[in-house]
Amino acid sequence: MSVIILLLGASLIVALFFLFAFIWSVKDGQYEDDFSPAHRMLFDDKTDNE
Amino acid sequence: MSLEKFSYDNRTVKWFAYATMFWGLVGMLAGLWAATALVYPDLNLGYAPTTFGRLRPVHTNAVIFAFVGNGIFMGVYYSLQRLCKARMFSDVLSKIHFWGWQAIIAGGALTLLMGYTTGKEYAELEWPFDIAITLIWLVFGANMLGTILRRRVSHLYVAIWFYIGTWVAIAMLHIINSFEMPLSLFKSYSWYAGVQDALVQWWYGHNAVAFFLTTPYLGLMYYFIPKAANRPVYSYRWSIIHFWALIFIYIWAGPHHLLYTALPEWAQSLGTVFSIMLIAPSWGGMLNGLLTLRGAWDRVREDAILKFFVVALTCYGMATFEGPMLSLKNVNAISHYTDWTIAHVHVGALGWNGFLTFGILYWMIPRIFSTQLYSRKWANTHFWIGTLGIIFYVIPLYWAAFTQSMMWKQFTEEGTLKFQFLETVTTIVPMYALRSVGGLLYISGLVLMIVNLAKTIRRGTFVADEAAEAPPLAKVTATYGKAHWHNWIERRPVQMVIFSLVVVGIGGILEMVPTFLVRSNIPTISSVKPYTPLELHGRDIYIREGCYTCHSQMIRPFRDEVARYGDYSKAGEFVYDHPFQWGSKRTGPDLARLGGKYPDSWHYNHMLDPVSMSPGSIMPPYPWLFDNRVDKGKTPAMINVMRKLGVPYPEGYEQQAKADFDKQAGQIADNLKRDKLEIPADREIVALIAYLQRLGTDIKVSEAKN
Repeated sequence: MSVIILLLGASLIVALFFLFAFIWSVKDGQYEDDFSPAHRMLFDDKTDNE
Repeated sequence: MSLEKFSYDNRTVKWFAYATMFWGLVGMLAGLWAATALVYPDLNLGYAPTTFGRLRPVHTNAVIFAFVGNGIFMGVYYSLQRLCKARMFSDVLSKIHFWGWQAIIAGGALTLLMGYTTGKEYAELEWPFDIAITLIWLVFGANMLGTILRRRVSHLYVAIWFYIGTWVAIAMLHIINSFEMPLSLFKSYSWYAGVQDALVQWWYGHNAVAFFLTTPYLGLMYYFIPKAANRPVYSYRWSIIHFWALIFIYIWAGPHHLLYTALPEWAQSLGTVFSIMLIAPSWGGMLNGLLTLRGAWDRVREDAILKFFVVALTCYGMATFEGPMLSLKNVNAISHYTDWTIAHVHVGALGWNGFLTFGILYWMIPRIFSTQLYSRKWANTHFWIGTLGIIFYVIPLYWAAFTQSMMWKQFTEEGTLKFQFLETVTTIVPMYALRSVGGLLYISGLVLMIVNLAKTIRRGTFVADEAAEAPPLAKVTATYGKAHWHNWIERRPVQMVIFSLVVVGIGGILEMVPTFLVRSNIPTISSVKPYTPLELHGRDIYIREGCYTCHSQMIRPFRDEVARYGDYSKAGEFVYDHPFQWGSKRTGPDLARLGGKYPDSWHYNHMLDPVSMSPGSIMPPYPWLFDNRVDKGKTPAMINVMRKLGVPYPEGYEQQAKADFDKQAGQIADNLKRDKLEIPADREIVALIAYLQRLGTDIKVSEAKN
């Protein structure tokens, strides 16, 4: 079934994209801090904080 | 470090918010209409565009791509700017994105009502729209990536990961599933046939749920729930694991829509296994959202916004537990083709997507209009009406599904089927009526929200460009040792966009070309022959009228189905079906072996007035098929396109086709005349009868020979 090959290929391409994105994100230090990002996004508004 | 002054674009956000509300109302009203037509078939109005088979695709497409689609863009445009501390990359792209998307929706709805459809569920829009969607999606991607690259916050918050994942996956799914060969401006045939078409379609269909209804909304959840609760997300680390696990596993689960069909068994098993694995990341995400509200539960009691979010997450949890259960073959044997599937998707659509959207709108609209919500009390009322609406919608459908499935499978002591198909339908019609009540309640809540927000908007002042300031992102990031090559691209947004498009493009091309050149090796059955020209026209009519929204063409290998419909369906029977028409719901009986079951005159009378042949039937009448003439001029082009797609019509058959058409149509007209039914041979009903009488008969020919 050639379509299985197509889908496996397409799925693998997406999986590979995410794998590379993952490696990049680790190397970029996206996960070195798992505390402040969660808090930082709460404090970005000047005008609309109640 | 000096602060940079800039502004957030709220205008595009506002437009998308208005579009979300408008299309939400339109899409849900279409759904209510179609659902109520199952109780009162007169609501089909005897008029083609208002018949269930055409309204249902309008409903599904409007809710998924117009309501939820605009909801995604609204939330992404609002949160992305604030998370990146940057204005959207380009105001022009924002404008093109907004108006382009609305034009696609309006044009799509119109063409669907006119009967232009590919006949593939949730991908019904015809090829010019498929191209337009691709282009607008690229605009959205460019605008989003450009913003990310111009961000003033180095760290990408988890919501942004979900937005990027959504964009990449949808681009790929849409392009691969939309491969089709145009016949005319608004008609094309799927590139794939039969089993392959089914697999691609449900790989797409399931991941439309995954990457259009789920991942972007999870991104929105990770932004708006912490914001509304004013609490950080329960576990940031968990959210990252959630993202990677979910996107990786989701893409494989599609075959669970084809359990017990002619799809090879190993593919079915693969779909089941990955579906079960999906429970873990799905529930991880749900719990992460719910636990974000720890210590804020006292506020949930009063705050309608948090109530909407809590129910949205609960519905997400229920739907993502139910989904894997439905993917078990033994459960699927009961649930498939029944209203259980409809109930399941509506827990997701009404609960998860709807309620999350409502919560976001209530939270966001007052902020961009710098005012307070007009009435908190109304918002609470909306919450309760909406929740009751969901309950009244899904519980009758679960009940209907169990009842009907059990009735289908009952045998008498003598070993014959206990119930006629029609009896199983008339039994559950009261449940359909209750479902409409639920839908009506839910829509009433939506209307209340629109009024509430309109009053909020009237008393507020719109902040089109919200001033903000932030330090610029350090141009020279601290590098350890050698600078990575990727740094070069990161600083060049336009190149990055182009590169990412090329990367996505290469993958598609590399996988596509060999697939179309290498012939498939589905087990072929020598007696299965291509459709005759008249049958091809009939098939087009079958697709145009959306027959597949209520009738399946796939007999599963169960005792009751074989007894009711005939021998179970084989993969080789569908090799010339561009597109496949297996369907996913049996509001009416399966048609895979309809051919030869009734005389031509039965079909004639049944299409003109279904109740005359099956008293109590809820099928709409199709009177226009008796007036419309078949466009015979198209026949050579149809044969030509089908041959290009691999259907083995002999060279030069185009010349012969018209004569064959006339001969077969004449025979059917003569048959009808013998039963005192006068109809010219060039009417659409004749072509449709030809197709219906062909269904599933090829395999009987080989049996007769043996």
